Amino acid sequence: MVDFGFSINKDRQIDFDNADRRIIEYVAKEESTIAICLICGACTATCSAGNFTDFNIRKITNMIRVGEIENLKEEIKKCMLCGKCQLVCPRGVNTRNIILKINEAIKIFHE
Amino acid sequence: MKLEGKKAIWKDYQKEIADDKYFYVRSCVRQNFFPGSETAFLKILRDELKKDVYEHPCHTTCTGIGYHGDVVPFDTAMTVVARQFALMTESGYENLVPSCITSFGLYTEILETWHHFPETENKIREYLKKATGREFKIPKNLAHASDVIFKFRKEIAAKAKHKLINKNTGESLKVVEHIGCHYSKMFPSKGVGGAEYPYVLTGMIEEWGGEIIDYPERRHCCGFGFRQYLVQANRGYSIACSKKKFDSMEPYKPDMIITNCPGCPMFLDRWQYTIKEMEGKTYGQNGEGIPVFTYEEVAGLVLGYDPWDLGLQMHQTDCEPVLDKMGVGYDKSKKRELIINNE
Amino acid sequence: MKKVVVIGGGIAGMEGSTYLKSMGYDVTLIEKNSQLGGHLLKWEKLFPTMRLGKDVVNFLNDGIKISDVNVLLNTEVVKAEKNGNEYIIELNNGQKLNADAVLVATGYDTFNASQKEEYGYGVYDNVITSAELEELFTSGKTLTTPSGKVPKRIGFVHCVGSRDEKVGNIYCSKVCCVTAVKQSIEIKEKLPDVEVYCFYMDLRMFGMHFEALYREAQEKWGINFIRGRLSEACENIDHSLVVKVEDTLAGKPLKMNVDLLVLMVGIVPSQGTKDIGRIFGLEFGVNGFLKSLDQHMANSNSNVPGIFYAGTCVAPRPINNTFVDARSAAVMVASYLENYKVEGRINTINN
Repeated sequence: MVDFGFSINKDRQIDFDNADRRIIEYVAKEESTIAICLICGACTATCSAGNFTDFNIRKITNMIRVGEIENLKEEIKKCMLCGKCQLVCPRGVNTRNIILKINEAIKIFHE
Repeated sequence: MKLEGKKAIWKDYQKEIADDKYFYVRSCVRQNFFPGSETAFLKILRDELKKDVYEHPCHTTCTGIGYHGDVVPFDTAMTVVARQFALMTESGYENLVPSCITSFGLYTEILETWHHFPETENKIREYLKKATGREFKIPKNLAHASDVIFKFRKEIAAKAKHKLINKNTGESLKVVEHIGCHYSKMFPSKGVGGAEYPYVLTGMIEEWGGEIIDYPERRHCCGFGFRQYLVQANRGYSIACSKKKFDSMEPYKPDMIITNCPGCPMFLDRWQYTIKEMEGKTYGQNGEGIPVFTYEEVAGLVLGYDPWDLGLQMHQTDCEPVLDKMGVGYDKSKKRELIINNE
Repeated sequence: MKKVVVIGGGIAGMEGSTYLKSMGYDVTLIEKNSQLGGHLLKWEKLFPTMRLGKDVVNFLNDGIKISDVNVLLNTEVVKAEKNGNEYIIELNNGQKLNADAVLVATGYDTFNASQKEEYGYGVYDNVITSAELEELFTSGKTLTTPSGKVPKRIGFVHCVGSRDEKVGNIYCSKVCCVTAVKQSIEIKEKLPDVEVYCFYMDLRMFGMHFEALYREAQEKWGINFIRGRLSEACENIDHSLVVKVEDTLAGKPLKMNVDLLVLMVGIVPSQGTKDIGRIFGLEFGVNGFLKSLDQHMANSNSNVPGIFYAGTCVAPRPINNTFVDARSAAVMVASYLENYKVEGRINTINN
């Protein structure tokens, strides 16, 4: 193989048909309230972890739906499981349990 | 795919294309990239169609590459273009035909700007007068060179020595058409067939016997992108764009690609070689690449011109598979000789 | 007896006629088609309650029958002249009608989706409009794609022809968001295994119970919502479609294959609305609908005394609002004809 001094960029586009959806499917089954999340960001606004790290539970909830799960294991470690997010959720999504279920799913499918 | 649906859209995007007396302006880069193409254009128009085409020796770059590469300001670009108009006016021509898609896009952008902001036009007239003493008239008709070949596609078909048909099977060749971004994405009404389903190359291919492939990444850029390609470190981005297109067209098993821009055939052709060298991946049949052509080269092949006169030996992805299918004769030994002589 | 001509036999025209006749006016209802009911005739179920469209048509027809409105079908207005306070209206059959007041209820057309060239309506085999999907529901036929396949995944594209300066329509058509939710649910009822994705910019669930329906779609039916406007749809080699959208909440472009793509076409002023506006010298607003004398206080009044509006010829409206609007317009017509004391307020509106 020839080295031309550059490599072919990886496509940033989410290829939904080939996305790894095992985590969202597991979480949706175990914690069905994820389906009614409005992705409003109230959880992230109040998040104890999110105020001091780049942890973003709203983003994680959305990202796993489209199979964007890179660094997920490291990301969810930042959650302190305090439950403030659940308190503010306008739709009663069990956000805290979503983190626990993501953790389970990672163990099942990615370890 | 419903052809009637496309036809209805094509109807909405008809443009006027002058039928004679062209002031032809060459591209900066095409003579290096595909050296036979502009010569073939002139030969087809002058010898086959008996048209009056004039080239001015003082024509310069339009600055489109510099303008899109962020090194030439718009005022400068407009003044240089005004000078081209002046050359045309002085030569007694009114119908401007640029060979380059980016020139065509830039000329269109400038004419539209002047249309909406006449004070800008007046300012540029003043600049040109001060700098060169020249004056100009706005072209009566602006058409890209591919528009002109499109206009005469039937006349060319009538003189055809070869068709875009596989001689052995009698089937139409499957053709991918790739339109340069600056042809109609900026001003859809200025392109034959508009921006979403351009008809300019499709019309030629249909007329010359080929079958068009409409694949999902048809509208994606070839990856030239001026600023992107020019820096080596950015070329991975450029090549990824071409690769996205190849991956998308591969299932349709295209026989060839035809383009109307200076950069697109360059990148679609050369990057196939690069991808092969980097990843071992090829997109054509039998481990070969998909041959890439300019529309003038295809018109030339249809008219029976010698492939090496058209400069096809300068392609990095070999054209022979298409020549064989079309039944175009060529002297194998001459190809290498011509390349060595060129080197 | 004072005469009122009502133009357009959809919901607004039918309901307006019913009450005007009940109030004691001589009412003639003109409809260009062979049947009353307008777009509603093609609509199987209505949001948010899933009431049958034909229930509403029956209710409207009952009104026409009970009040005994004079209905002229297959009839169009070709010309109108004013003679004192009276209008002389010429019809396409040569007949002339006198009217002391005219109620315009000429309604809307659905947006012509082929104008959004990049979505491939009319070009790609499996792109249909929300109106066509509804007709498929009404027909009772099995739900297949135009290619004849039972779909595994369906995409709904919101705001097609709405909130889109590129096609010249900058307004929200109001009914499409909730219609997408309604139709998604109906699809899941018929084909429980199908995956449904809605592509939206924002969901405008303004009506009572709309938000609840949206929640039901997510919770009970597992319908997925991706925030982003489609840039284009393309056809794959197997005639399925690949949609390109940004998942704006992920901040990344996304492509997805769907077997059927449903375009939620918006509401545009109907050809009849444009024609009648021209014939009577009515003012049009910036969005091409007929312009009310005042948006807050005189919605049913036009710039021409004696000409009134009802329904979607003025703006996109859901059915419940159209009912209210038609009944309200009937009151405004009566106020004008009887010259109620309050009528003076209308004449002093400064706009």
